[in-house]
Amino acid sequence: MELLERLTGDEKHDWSAHSTYDVLNVLYERVLQDGDRFLLSKGHGPQAYYAVLAAQGLLPVEELDTFGEFDSRLGYHPDRVVLPAAELSSGSLGHGLPIAVGMALVGRRVFVLVGDGELDEGSNWEAVQFAGRRCLSTLTTVVVDNASDSYGWPIGSAADRSEVYRPGGGGFADAAPSQGGIARRFDLEGWDAVTVDGRDRDALENALTRESLAPRCIVAEVRR
Amino acid sequence: MTTMRERFYTMTADALEQDENVWAVFADIGVAEMRPHPRLVNVGIREQLLIGVAAGLSLEGKRAVAHSYAPFLVERPWEQIKLDLNHNDASAILVSNGASYDASRSGRTHQAPEDVALLAALPDWRIEVPGHPEEFERAYARALRSDDRVYIRTTEEENHAAVRGDGLVVLRDGSPLVVAVGPTLSPVLEATAGLDVGVAYLTTVRPFPHAAFAELDDVILVEPYLAGTSSHEVTKAIGHRPHRLLALGIENPELRKYGTPEQHRAAHGLDARGIRAALAAV
Repeated sequence: MELLERLTGDEKHDWSAHSTYDVLNVLYERVLQDGDRFLLSKGHGPQAYYAVLAAQGLLPVEELDTFGEFDSRLGYHPDRVVLPAAELSSGSLGHGLPIAVGMALVGRRVFVLVGDGELDEGSNWEAVQFAGRRCLSTLTTVVVDNASDSYGWPIGSAADRSEVYRPGGGGFADAAPSQGGIARRFDLEGWDAVTVDGRDRDALENALTRESLAPRCIVAEVRR
Repeated sequence: MTTMRERFYTMTADALEQDENVWAVFADIGVAEMRPHPRLVNVGIREQLLIGVAAGLSLEGKRAVAHSYAPFLVERPWEQIKLDLNHNDASAILVSNGASYDASRSGRTHQAPEDVALLAALPDWRIEVPGHPEEFERAYARALRSDDRVYIRTTEEENHAAVRGDGLVVLRDGSPLVVAVGPTLSPVLEATAGLDVGVAYLTTVRPFPHAAFAELDDVILVEPYLAGTSSHEVTKAIGHRPHRLLALGIENPELRKYGTPEQHRAAHGLDARGIRAALAAV
């Protein structure tokens, strides 16, 4: 966390960064093995990502202080060409999961991190549908659900939703966290989906390391 | 004679058999023309995924060939081409069919005369516009042997004969020089018969062969897609001194007509009669 605090200048994405911090730590400290790939699809707020890369020795710690500068390798969105430790150039939402599908088709074990707001992008659902039907079991999607989505991921009928929906007032997100709605959607598409506390590192490790014959989705719920 | 599109399917099937590094990614279109193969991936009607998967395969060191109708291969997933391929330093061979108005009866939704302009807006693409199936074969074989980002635009329009040679191939010396791109060559030859003009032929439009244009004064560029797509490239080559440039191509992509490709070609002024009229006007 001390390393994370060194990255300043993009404070509007602080929450985005902080909400991914535990997931990233668990992935890099306990889960990723040689030959695995990790794609940060949610390229917004990469401060936590850079901090974890530095903690892993994949990036000089002093480089964190250059965040966002003209000649820095650490932009507000990662660029894999200038920063080889990053495996995906991202920032525009909805690109990582389709690319991860291409990697999984050759049998690569690949982990991709998306946000709940990012899942608004339709390109994700093209990938979710296809990966489920093709049983791409080496593919794992971690959804950091920090309640950023404008309308949430409600479950139940339209009538149920009308009780909590406030037109022009933040949609569903304030009133209703995903309540399993994200995992339900992945489950319907043939994924092995679970929801865990995104701050509970042991729970995250257990979810990320269990075997499955289907692509896996771990929804990591994080609340302020 | 088989069409460019038919040759694409045959060559792709052969490449899958002969080179285990080659993967083909389709989005329903064309799947019925292919034998099943473990490395032929049909993503269904999901064109953003089509390009994303091609990029993922490329990042795994594979040679990915992505195919669909031009509007669905280039226009719908243009941001995926920009970011998944270019920005991530991945590559692929994109092979489209439909060109500008092959799907004349299908209307605007299935027509993409902007395709070359869109891809030309991105760096480091080789863009091939063959005008004959034999030229397609050469371009595709070269693309399969390379690791470059390549776009090959197939069409049902064909010139009467293939032209051999790379770059700007001068068929008849003279000035002004009428440069026919891809399938516009046959109408250009018919339009210029008996006229005191030169004729040249070009199929690889990016990278543009600036050096071959450097000594020219008057150029008439005939492109089978959006008019002026390569005008600025000609200007780069000869813009440092007085020159004249006329760029013919599709001026009105929202034609809102059906009918035949021949009728569309005439409506855009790209048949022999229209080209001759444009030449007479200058």
